[in-house]
Amino acid sequence: MKALKKTLIALAVAAGSTAALADVNIGISLSLTGPGSGLGIPMQNYFKLFPQTIAGEKVNLILLDDATDPGKGAQNARRFVTEDKVDMIIGSCITAVAAAMSDIATEAGTVQLAAAPLGLPPGKDGWVFRLPQSNTVMGHAVVEHMKKQGVKTVGFLGYTDAYGEQWLKEFTPIAEQAGIKVIAVERFARTDTSVTPQALKLVAANPDAMLVVASGSGAAMPEMAIVERNYKGKIYQTHAAATKDLMRVGGKAVEGTYVVSGPAVIAEQLPDSHPSKKVAVDFVQRYEKSIGPGTRNQFAGHAYDAQIVLEKVLPMALKKAKPGTKEFRAAIRDSMETMGRTIFSHGVMNWTKDDHWGYTNETGVMLKVVNGDFKVD
Amino acid sequence: MDFSIASILLLDGLTNGAVYALLGLATVLVFTVTRVIFIPQGEFVAYGALTLAIMQTGKVPGTVWLLLILACVAALMDAFAQWRRHHRLVAGLQAALRTLALPVVVAALAAFAAPRNPPLLLQALLSTAVVTAFGPLVYRVAYQSLADASSLVLLIVSVGVHFAMTGLGLLFFGAEGFRNPAFWDLRLALGPITLSGQTIIIALASVALIVMLWLFFERSLYGKALRATAVNRLGARLMGIPSQTAGQLTFAMAAFIGALSGLLIGPTTTVFYDSGFLIGLKGFVAAVMAGLSSYPGALLGALFVGVVESFGSFWASAFKEVIVFTLILPVLLIRSLYSGHSDEEH
Repeated sequence: MKALKKTLIALAVAAGSTAALADVNIGISLSLTGPGSGLGIPMQNYFKLFPQTIAGEKVNLILLDDATDPGKGAQNARRFVTEDKVDMIIGSCITAVAAAMSDIATEAGTVQLAAAPLGLPPGKDGWVFRLPQSNTVMGHAVVEHMKKQGVKTVGFLGYTDAYGEQWLKEFTPIAEQAGIKVIAVERFARTDTSVTPQALKLVAANPDAMLVVASGSGAAMPEMAIVERNYKGKIYQTHAAATKDLMRVGGKAVEGTYVVSGPAVIAEQLPDSHPSKKVAVDFVQRYEKSIGPGTRNQFAGHAYDAQIVLEKVLPMALKKAKPGTKEFRAAIRDSMETMGRTIFSHGVMNWTKDDHWGYTNETGVMLKVVNGDFKVD
Repeated sequence: MDFSIASILLLDGLTNGAVYALLGLATVLVFTVTRVIFIPQGEFVAYGALTLAIMQTGKVPGTVWLLLILACVAALMDAFAQWRRHHRLVAGLQAALRTLALPVVVAALAAFAAPRNPPLLLQALLSTAVVTAFGPLVYRVAYQSLADASSLVLLIVSVGVHFAMTGLGLLFFGAEGFRNPAFWDLRLALGPITLSGQTIIIALASVALIVMLWLFFERSLYGKALRATAVNRLGARLMGIPSQTAGQLTFAMAAFIGALSGLLIGPTTTVFYDSGFLIGLKGFVAAVMAGLSSYPGALLGALFVGVVESFGSFWASAFKEVIVFTLILPVLLIRSLYSGHSDEEH
């Protein structure tokens, strides 16, 4: 009797697993609670709109919360690869959590599509692809705009953290190639009570333009300090500052600022010549139809782009292998590296074997603050 | 560096230093009376500034609800303590009501006024009242039952309270920062420096508060009771000064000073839910310079920290915090060489 029971259980498990094998399983780990929840929840909203089948295969999404905790993220990734045997992992939306997951994904030979700008040492990102734009792509758009405006010298005022450091490292060489010199570099922290000393020093150096590297509402204070010191040149902000918080906190002082941004959230305003216009408008309409007007969000856009990736990659991979196998996972990676120029809502993606960031330089859009709102410049 | 830059930096440093001074004074006050190293002092700064910011948007700040929850917890604790002592339900209920009364009145006022967009000054007053009411409750819930524990235990509790308050701040105010409107839109050009109305308010408020504290400790009975507790807890208790009341009064004052500092810096910088910690820590550095015992020492230390920070940001902005917090090392060294008594307690 006992033996029979065991056999039955074994049969049931086998039946269950073959059923699962036929479908494509995607493991998604997002920060739905904790400080990163503001980024994870919009993504979850979009994943609810995800199609049931892609390329004729049923797609199962297994969505777990990582609570903005790298340890929990790693645990989720471990569950995806050992229990669920997923074909691809999506997430997380927070860099530290995504980094903790990447080792497990790489070890299991499963593609991780991270929604965070995850910097990994060369050679370690073989299985990791990123959905957000790299700072280099955005830096390129800034430099192009500066070149057109005749800017020759730049003052840099950035966070003392990784975001500021990355921008400084990636912006300086692109700028120098274009004949633009970074003549003063000052740093500050988001919670500083005053940036006056740094602003004094930068304004004394008198560059043609200032580049402020900060995020969200933290981007307004340094700019106000510069304006307070009667700086008359152009002021640029990075894509992390491309939110309404800049104007909410900065008010009149940030009028005329140039802010570089991805195309997704400003869909309707994009010039018709921008390759992402159609896709971005489609994203915004679909998302806001189900969630509500004015709810568009950069991270929901990443979830939308994940769908574009799957729609393009799954048919290619299905020709080579069956879902649930090691070969299929490798085929997904190869397909992503060879899928070529693809239009995302966030820009133009072109992943290659050596470049898992992949956005082309057509991606960045320059906005200008006019009357307290963003206008494409 | 010329004279004009130096004077702008000096003004900037002294302005920030004045705020650090207030927090340093509060840290010294709390430590001398209750032996608590009050790390969450800075959180009151963020709470004060952000409560006002949310009121500006016409909504009821989340701190009002937190105040009610905290008051209920404290009231339950009081009721239970009374009931255990007297085994009478009425005594327990009375104790609970006493604890609840003031916070409930303050919360009700704030909840009533917030959606009606009262003038800025009234909003500022209400914010201060809400945050001040937190002080005694935090003491009641977190510290009172541990009043006789060692300083180390109290310090660890402080760390816990700090994390709890920062987390709750994120929940109630969100991750984005706010900047409050200026109380006084004045701009005075004095040679190379521009004196803004807010700078003058910060200076005046700091001086006024320091004078008030001095009067309170020198002239009022409550102030003298606090001083007595600071000098000798047991002795003060034998003289009929309840150490619980002393503790709650001290924390109310600390919360009031924190909220006031928050209102002062709110218009000059963007305040985030976690901004308070570093500001409070700089006040703490100033307090340590004064050996956690001298008010004038803390004041001088705070102005010094502010000026060093300002000049440090000018010369090496990437290492600004390193410079400020390394300051504490030589100071501790000198203090340990020259202070006669062995401070096992500290």
